[in-house]
Amino acid sequence: MLTYTLRRLLAAIPTLLLISLVIFLLVDMAPGSPLSEIPLTVPPEVRQKMIAAMGADQPVMVRYVLWLKQFFWIEPLYGIDALLGTDFAQGAQRIISWQSKMPVFRIIGERLPQTLTVVGTAYLIGILIALPIGIYSAYRQYSWFDQAGTFFAMAGFSVPTFFTGNVLILVFAVKLGWFPTIYDTNLKVTDFASFYKMVMQMALPVTVLALFNAAEISRYTRSSVLENLGQDYVRTARAKGMGEKVVVLKHVLRNSLIPVVTVIALGLPTVFGGAIVTENIFKINGIGAALIGAIHVSDLPTVQTVTFIFAVLIVLFNLIADILYGILDPRIRYD
Amino acid sequence: MPDGAVPVLDVRGLKTVFRTRAGEIHAVNSVSFHLKPGELLGVVGESGSGKSVTMMSLIGLLPSPPAEVRAGQVLLAGRDLLKVDAAELRQVRGAKIGFVFQDPMTSLNPVFTVGNQIMEPLLTHKGMTKAQARDRAVELLELVGIPDAAKRLKSYPHQFSGGMRQRVMIAIALACDPDVLIADEPTTALDVTIQAQILELVKELRQKLGMAIIWITHDLGVIAAIADRVMVMYGGQVVEHAPVKELFAHPQHPYTRALLKTIPSIHGARASRLQVIEGQPPILMAEPTSCPFRARCAHALEVCAHQNPLRHPVDSAALGLGHDVACHWSAQSAEVAHA
Ligand SMILES: Nc1ncnc2c1ncn2[C@@H]1O[C@H](COP(=O)(O)OP(=O)(O)O)[C@@H](O)[C@H]1O
Ligand SMILES: [Mg+2]
Repeated sequence: MLTYTLRRLLAAIPTLLLISLVIFLLVDMAPGSPLSEIPLTVPPEVRQKMIAAMGADQPVMVRYVLWLKQFFWIEPLYGIDALLGTDFAQGAQRIISWQSKMPVFRIIGERLPQTLTVVGTAYLIGILIALPIGIYSAYRQYSWFDQAGTFFAMAGFSVPTFFTGNVLILVFAVKLGWFPTIYDTNLKVTDFASFYKMVMQMALPVTVLALFNAAEISRYTRSSVLENLGQDYVRTARAKGMGEKVVVLKHVLRNSLIPVVTVIALGLPTVFGGAIVTENIFKINGIGAALIGAIHVSDLPTVQTVTFIFAVLIVLFNLIADILYGILDPRIRYD
Repeated sequence: MPDGAVPVLDVRGLKTVFRTRAGEIHAVNSVSFHLKPGELLGVVGESGSGKSVTMMSLIGLLPSPPAEVRAGQVLLAGRDLLKVDAAELRQVRGAKIGFVFQDPMTSLNPVFTVGNQIMEPLLTHKGMTKAQARDRAVELLELVGIPDAAKRLKSYPHQFSGGMRQRVMIAIALACDPDVLIADEPTTALDVTIQAQILELVKELRQKLGMAIIWITHDLGVIAAIADRVMVMYGGQVVEHAPVKELFAHPQHPYTRALLKTIPSIHGARASRLQVIEGQPPILMAEPTSCPFRARCAHALEVCAHQNPLRHPVDSAALGLGHDVACHWSAQSAEVAHA
């Protein structure tokens, strides 16, 4: 298992390099220019200097190689320095946002926790809702519960989050006033009152994302449980005199979870994509909002770096899914 | 009972239907049989004749819906299993009646160790501690002839061959010392040499443990090797029933006679054996009011078309041996007429 993991990690390197190059070139080819952010009143020589200072006057391949070095070498050094209080980086040039002139990783460090809180909570809640619904729907196939579950899952699937999000805001925040309409990014949980405020402001975005995730995962769970309920080993378990609880929650579930866990792991990075939309609707200052903002002003280093991090997450969770599969299914052997 | 022994299992007038969209399928029609202690009852019949459905009906293993056990009694030591509640029935399954299924490749749970699966009924029914159950599991694996038993407990089903998995299934079925072992075509999915090994094993276990066995097969050759009594099923009913020697010596029902012809001879090719009886077993959409074998029968009479024959004792020299048949045509009278 360990050698397999290491081999997969090594194999991921060329993949990621290729992805980074494609992202870099694509983003670079996109219309729009960082120059548009510089006021027209600035004289041309100054303008030229500013561009040179950003490094934007360099050819794209030079910028790409520099970015690679910064992403894979210098930024990790800064990371180590920040963690251990060392000084390995020695003031080397970091990846700098053209817009804010701040290191991109500092922006990410500020924004990512916002996203992770919302996305992570939503994903967790989504899973916790989806599993029991999926299991029970399958166990009582075609019951009214199953029919209702199917209906809501279809609705959850097919109605986009920007729609549900806006409807929820309109009804529960604007009309009923139960929840705040503004997400306060600077809110720190220090006591019960601020915790309560946090829960209230997270409620709507988390609901939107959780429902969306639950819809998908509950469907997967249902079909997986259904498939396993018909297997011969289930009959064997019943013939041994096992109760329905053991039959379903031990024998069937343990088998059914193999594909479900894979789907959950594979789905996690795509949730970040969904979060971009949700963050915009709920005005959450997360990584998604940062990305959208950077795209608007052609802040190429930020766009390239954040997009690449999403790509890394996808590759990483693919690997995690494969490893989990191997752990859950004794028939799979990695060597 | 013909010879007076008290049966461990006594099934009377069992009827099972499947409610499907196309209508009701009458899979088991008034099946009655009994099983004496330590006896091996062979059940034969082509695929689709209702053997599995009959046995699964006994302990409520059929999914309901669509299955419905509509009538009958299943008396296990005097208690009617069709009347007891779900919890009581679970205490019978695996404890008093052990089941071995046809396909050992799919009948074990792929994600649990073999040890876990053998220990499960012991923990549930016998109230054993984990350590006790583990010791017993080792004992059981040794009993069914799996070498290196203590180590094999930690193996997963996919690490065993088909024959070895069927041995594991037998170990599970025997874990709680059941009074009755029901084996539903346990060797059909195995190749011939392995099949012979499993048959040997069962013979041996019978001697050691003395449980009664119901052995389902569509192979009369297997029956000849191990059974004490035979029950021939067709169209969801018992068409003939006799001690094994008597059945092979004086088969009465045209279906039994045809089946006997399908036993491959030493020189005969195996491939041709299924073609001997023309046609297919019926799928009964109503309770049969005529003989279900009529359409394929070489001796069909007029009466066969409007009356389903009841089981009646065979009046032959072997009378009193407990040989009965459900047929309007009589082999005896035919033979007499020929002579
Ligand atoms: N799940 C089911 N739904 C409908 N009909 C069934 C089902 N299972 C079995 N049957 C019917 O019961 C008949 C007997 O099946 P079975 O007992 O499995 O035969 P076998 O003698 O081969 O074991 C079949 O011919 C089929 O028509
Ligand atoms: Mg069968």
